[in-house]
Amino acid sequence: MATSDAERGPLLGGWLGFERRVALRFLREGRMQTLLIIVGVAAGVAVIAYITALINGLQGNTLTKTLGAQAHVTVRPLDDVVLPARPPMPGTAVMPDIQAREQRPRSIANWQALVPLLERRRDIAAVSPMVSGSGLALRGEATQAIALLGVDLDRYDRIVGLRGKVVAGQARLAPGDAIIGRELAVDLGVRPGDRLTLLASSVGEPVRVSALVDLGVRDLNRRTVIVPLRLAQNLLGLPGGATSIDLTLPDVWQADALARELRQQLPYDVESWQHANAQLVSALNAQTVSTTLIRAVVLVVVVLGIASVLVVSVVQKRREIGILRAMGATRAQIVRVFLVQGAVLGALGSAIGVLLAVVMVWVFTHFVRGSDGLPLFSIGLEPVTALRVALLATASGVLAAIFPARRAARMDPAEAIRL
Amino acid sequence: MEAAGHALLELVEVRKRYNVGLPSEAEVLHGIDLRIAGGEFVALVGPSGSGKSTLLNIIGLLERMTAGSYRLQGEEVGGLDDAQLTRRRRVTLGFVFQFHHLLPAFTALENVTLPALMAHGRVSDRERQRACDLLAAVGLAQALHKRPAQLSGGMQQRVAIARALVHRPPLVLADEPTGNLDTASSDEVFAHLRRMHDELGTSFIIVTHDPQLARRCDRVVELIDGAIAGDTRPPAAA
Repeated sequence: MATSDAERGPLLGGWLGFERRVALRFLREGRMQTLLIIVGVAAGVAVIAYITALINGLQGNTLTKTLGAQAHVTVRPLDDVVLPARPPMPGTAVMPDIQAREQRPRSIANWQALVPLLERRRDIAAVSPMVSGSGLALRGEATQAIALLGVDLDRYDRIVGLRGKVVAGQARLAPGDAIIGRELAVDLGVRPGDRLTLLASSVGEPVRVSALVDLGVRDLNRRTVIVPLRLAQNLLGLPGGATSIDLTLPDVWQADALARELRQQLPYDVESWQHANAQLVSALNAQTVSTTLIRAVVLVVVVLGIASVLVVSVVQKRREIGILRAMGATRAQIVRVFLVQGAVLGALGSAIGVLLAVVMVWVFTHFVRGSDGLPLFSIGLEPVTALRVALLATASGVLAAIFPARRAARMDPAEAIRL
Repeated sequence: MEAAGHALLELVEVRKRYNVGLPSEAEVLHGIDLRIAGGEFVALVGPSGSGKSTLLNIIGLLERMTAGSYRLQGEEVGGLDDAQLTRRRRVTLGFVFQFHHLLPAFTALENVTLPALMAHGRVSDRERQRACDLLAAVGLAQALHKRPAQLSGGMQQRVAIARALVHRPPLVLADEPTGNLDTASSDEVFAHLRRMHDELGTSFIIVTHDPQLARRCDRVVELIDGAIAGDTRPPAAA
C-alpha cells in the first residue's frame, strides 16, 4: 500500500505515528502552557548544566593548583620511633613517658630497585625519586631559609610539570644548576645566571640559577630551591639516597586506593594526596554533595512542572481522549501520547537549556574576573555533560508523564464523551 | 454489505444497572431484546432518561451491560476484555456524536484520516483519497484543510459523518447527530446520513428526539423507561 512521505515522516516512518501526531498537536494547541513549561524545563536544565560546569571547573582548578606542586602519592621511609627495651612483665602497670625521637633525614632503602618496579605498574604514570630537606640560601648579606629539593629534572617534570611553571630562564639542572621560586629570587635579588650559595648540614655548595618558577603558591615560591639529585644528596648528607619517591597517577582519585595497596606491600610510609589534603578533600566532597542536592531539587521541580502541565492537559483533553478511545485508540496508545508529550517537553527544554547554559558559561568566563583582571578560573560545558543533562531531563519528562498518562488511559470513554 | 435479514447485532435480555451494590443502585435498561439486520437504518427514540444513550453506548461497546447477551456479527461480545472491545470498536463501529467531537487541533481531512493513523501509524495514499472522497460526498471538498473552529456546526457534523465511515464499518452509531443544529443544517446532515446508507449499505442506528427525522428512517425503535415500548416501520419506509 502506497504511503505518502508527508504522512510517514522522513525519519521515523510509521513508528508511533499516531502518538507523535496527536501528542504534538495537543502541545501545539496548548501553546502558552507548552511554551511556559518548556521555558521552565530550559531554566532547570540550564541551572543543572551551569552548576555542573561551574563546580567541575572550580574543583578542577582547585585540584590543578593543589596537585600542580605535589605528587599524587609519596613514598617515604617510616618515622623513627622509640621502642621499649623489653615488654613489661605480666600484671605490671606501666606509666610510660616517652619522648618522641628527633627525625633525621633518612633514605628509602634500596630505592633504585623500587623505582623500576613502580614504573612497571599501569596505574602509575610517572615516578620520581627525590632528596629533600631544609637549608639556607645565601647571597651576599641576604640569607633565606629554603626547602631543598633534589630531583631528576625529566622525572620531576612528569610529576609537577615543572617546565610549564618556568617564568624566567631555562629549565635545566646540570651539575651546579638550581631552579628557584620567583619570590625567593626577589628576596635574594638574583636572576637567571646569577650565583648563590646553598647551605645544609654544614655543607655549602655554590650554584647558578638556571630558571625561576611560579609554583602557584607564594609561600612555595619563597622557599623552594630545586637542584640535581646528586647535589642535594651531598648537601643533606645522604650520598646515593632518596628521602621520598613521588608518584603520579593517570586518575588522581585512585591515589588513596594505590597508597593503601602499596602500604601493604612495602615497609614504607605511603601517603596519598587526599590524605595529605584531608580538609580540601572534605571540602570538595561537601561541595559535590551540595551541588548534587541542588541538582536533584531542580530536577524534581522540572519533573513536577512537566507532570502538572500534563495533568492539566489530561483534564482539558478529556473529551478528545474519550473520542479517541471510542474510535478505537487503545489504552496503551493513550499512555504513549502523553509519554511522547513528556519526552518532547523534556527534549525541547533540554536543548534550549543547554544553549542557555553555554551562554551562562560564556558570560562567566568573559565577565567574572579576579582582582588581577584575569578569569577566576576557566569553566566549560563539556559535550558529554550537556548530553547527559539533556538525556536526564528528557527521561525525567517521560517519567513525569507516567502518572498523567495512566490517568488519561483509565478514563471511561463513555463518561468522557458525555462531558 | 451484509445481506438484509442477517443479524448484524442481537441483544437478548440486556440489563444495565448503575451503582451496583450501593444504596443508589438503579436499573436503567430492563431486559432489552433487539435484533438489527445488516443494512438497516434504525431510529432509536424515546423521552429523556429512557435509556437511549445507555443502550447506544452498550451497542457501541463503550459501556458494559450488567446482564444479558450481546452478539455483534455473530460473536458474543459480553465477555471481551478492554483491548478486545477497543479492537472491535475500531474495526466494526463508526460514531457520530451530538457535539461532533472532532479534534480541534486537526484539520477536517486529518480528523477523517485519524482512524487510519490510529490503526497503523500512518495514512496511505488510498486512505487519504477515500477520506477526500467522503468529505467531497458530504459537500466539504473545499474545506479539507480547515480546522473545526473554521467550520459551521452542520459542516463539523458532516466531517464527523465522513470520519465515522472512512474505515468502512458495518455499523454507524449516531447519538443525536442533528440535536445541536438548526432545521436547515439538521435536514442537510440527515440527508447525508441517509445517502451514505443508501450508497454504502452501512447500517445506522440514530438516536433522535426529532419525530420528523425518525419517520424518515426505515425502522423506529421506541424506548420508554428502559424498555422497548415500540418497534415499527414508518409507512413511508415500509
